Amino acid sequence: MRTVEGKVVVLGSQGVGKTSLVVRYIGKMFSHHISPTIGASFFTCNINIDDTRVKLQVWDTAGQERFRSMVPMYYRNANAALLVFDITQYFTFNSIKKWVSELERNVDEPMVYCIVGNKTDLGTHRKVSREEAQQYANDIGGKYFESSALHDEGIEDVFVNTAMELISLSKDPLTRSLRIYDSVESTLRSPSLTHYDPNDSSSSEIDPAQNSKQCC
Amino acid sequence: MSDGTKASPGVGVIGCVSLKEDDIESMEIEDKKRKNDEEEDILLVPEWKEKRKHIFILSSAGKPIYSRHGSEDKLVTLFGVMQALVSFVQDSQDTIHSIQAGNVTIAFLTKGPIILVSVSRTGESVNNMKLQLLYVYNQVVSVLTLTQLTRVFEQRGNFDLRRLLAGSERLIDHLLNFTETQPGFLLGAVKCLPMASSTRDVISQTIINSCSKIKNLVFAILIADNKLITVVKMKKYNLHPADLHIIFNMVNSSESFKPAESWTPICLPTFDASAYMHGHVSYLSEDCEACLLLLSIDRDMFFNLSEAKQTIVDKLRRNNSLEAINEALHRPSICASDLNIPNVWHFLYKYNSVSQFWGPKLEAPYVKKEEQERLLHLYEKLHSTVHKSGRTLKLVFQQLQTETMLGWVTSGFELYVTFDPLVTKKSAINAINKLLNWMKKEEDRLFILNTSNF
Repeated sequence: MRTVEGKVVVLGSQGVGKTSLVVRYIGKMFSHHISPTIGASFFTCNINIDDTRVKLQVWDTAGQERFRSMVPMYYRNANAALLVFDITQYFTFNSIKKWVSELERNVDEPMVYCIVGNKTDLGTHRKVSREEAQQYANDIGGKYFESSALHDEGIEDVFVNTAMELISLSKDPLTRSLRIYDSVESTLRSPSLTHYDPNDSSSSEIDPAQNSKQCC
Repeated sequence: MSDGTKASPGVGVIGCVSLKEDDIESMEIEDKKRKNDEEEDILLVPEWKEKRKHIFILSSAGKPIYSRHGSEDKLVTLFGVMQALVSFVQDSQDTIHSIQAGNVTIAFLTKGPIILVSVSRTGESVNNMKLQLLYVYNQVVSVLTLTQLTRVFEQRGNFDLRRLLAGSERLIDHLLNFTETQPGFLLGAVKCLPMASSTRDVISQTIINSCSKIKNLVFAILIADNKLITVVKMKKYNLHPADLHIIFNMVNSSESFKPAESWTPICLPTFDASAYMHGHVSYLSEDCEACLLLLSIDRDMFFNLSEAKQTIVDKLRRNNSLEAINEALHRPSICASDLNIPNVWHFLYKYNSVSQFWGPKLEAPYVKKEEQERLLHLYEKLHSTVHKSGRTLKLVFQQLQTETMLGWVTSGFELYVTFDPLVTKKSAINAINKLLNWMKKEEDRLFILNTSNF
C-alpha cells in the first residue's frame, strides 16, 4: 500500500478550539475542561483513502502570545496547515490571515491550507459570515470548512480533505518534504500505528528530502 | 502621598496608550471580559471585601497583572494605591515589608519589575505570606523566564504583562490553592508515592537504561497523584523542591497533557531562571495515570524523547512496574490511627537531606475542609515558631485549646506532631519515640533515599 506521511500544523488564536478539534477527531471525545495548551501537543493518525494510506503527524500549537516565537519550529517543513478561528470572534479570523501571510513568507514548498471556522454550535452569535471566510479561502487557494467540536460536526471532513490534498500534493514535483513510501516495508518496520520512529534508517532512505530534524 | 512618588502614571492611563494592531486582539479579549463583569464598583461588593485572602500582582509602574478575586480591570485604583505605598517607601531607600491593620496583614514582595501583594485575615505570619508570594513569583518566572520578564519591562515600562500571561492565570490560581492545602510548600519538601524501594529502583533503572543514549537530557521525573515516584538526573545537577512544586502544579492544572504527547517549554526558577527547558510531557498509558516528564535543554529532541518514552513504557509494562505503580496508587493511605500510637492525631515528618516529607492521611477530627485548613495553620504557626530567625529552637511544646502541638528540629529531620489537648509531656515523648521507630522502619518505602543518575 502506498503511504504518504505528512506534517500538519494547527494554528489559530487562543481559545478557538484547536485542541478540542484535534482531540475530538483523534481521541473521539470532547472535554469541557480542556486547559490551554502549553507549548505544543503531538498527535498521529492514519487515514486510508482508496489505495493510499495517509499518515498525519499533527502538531497542535498553543494560541497564547507567549508561544508565538516558538511556532516557526512547528510549521517549518509542514505540508498542511489547519487554520482555526472562532466564528463568533472576528479578530480570530483576522489572525488567521496573519498566520497565512507568515506561512507564505516562510514555507518554501507547496502547502495545503485548510481554513476552519469552529464553534458553529454558537451560530446565533456568528460574527464571521460563511461567504467571507469561503471567499478568503478561495483567494489563498485553500478550502473552507465549518465545524463544531462540541457537537462533533464537520471535523471528519477537515481531516479527510487534508489527507486527500496531501495525496495530490505528493504528485507535485515541487514537494520534497512529504515522505512517500510503500507501506509493506513500513508495516514491517513500524508495526505500531501510533508510534513513529524518526531514526528508522530504512524509511529515511526512501525519504528523498532527508529531513532528519523532524520537529522543525 | 502620591506627590513625591512615581505613583500616578500607572493608575489611569490604560486607555491612552497608542494602539498597535497586535493590541487589538488582547483588547477585544479584555472587552469581552469586562462585559461579563458586574457593573458596580467591586471594592464595594461585600463578598469581595470579605474574602479571607487576596493576592495581587502589579508591575512596578502600577499596571495590574493579576488578582486572585475579581477582575484586575476593576481594581486599577487599588493597584495604584499599592504601587504608591511601595514607591513611597522606596524613595527613602527602604523596602516595605508588611502593614498590620487590625486583623488584616498586608505583605509585600518586590521582585525585579513586579510587585506582589498579599492581604490576609487568616492570622498567618508575614514570613509565610511572603513565602507564598515567592512561589507565585516563581510561577510567573517559570512561565516567562526571568530574561523575558525583565526584557519586556525594559523595553516598555508600562507593558501589560497579562498579554504574555494569558492562559496562565489558572496556574497561579491553582498554585495558591495548592500552597494553602499542601504542607509541602511550608516544609520545602515533596511527598513520594510509597512503594518498596526495590520496585522504585526497577523503575528508575528502566528510565536510565532507556535514556542512556540521549544527550542533553537533564531530568526525568515520574509523578502520580501529586506524589513523586522517581527522579533521574544528570549527575552534576540537582532538582530543588521549589522547582518540583512548580512542576507538580503545572501537571495538576493541565488537563491538556492527558490526551497527547506535549512539547512544553518550562523554566525551573531555582535551577536556571534565565532560560526554558524543553519538556516532553505525557502520561504513561491509558491504564496508568502517572505523568512522565523528560526535561532537556535541547529544543530539537522531541522525537528522540518520544521514542525513549515509548521504550520506557514498554519496558515498565514488561517488568510489571506499571502494575506496581497502579497498586501503589490504589492502596489505601495510612492514617495516624493505623500506627496505634496513643494521643497522636496527626504528624508531619521531613527528611532533611532529601527534602521529602511524609504525613498520614487526615482523619477525624480533621475531616471538614475548615478543620483541615485550621490544622495546616497550626502547623504553619508551629513551623514559624521553631524557625523564628535568629533563634532556631530545637523543641517546641504548645498546649492549645483544642490540641497540643509539638515541633522538633534536628539536623536529620523535622517533626511536627498534633496530639490531643490533654496529653502530658511524658506521654508525648513516649509517643514520639514510637513514632520515630515506626518512621525508621518505613523510611525505605516512604522516601526516595538514593539518587539515580543518568
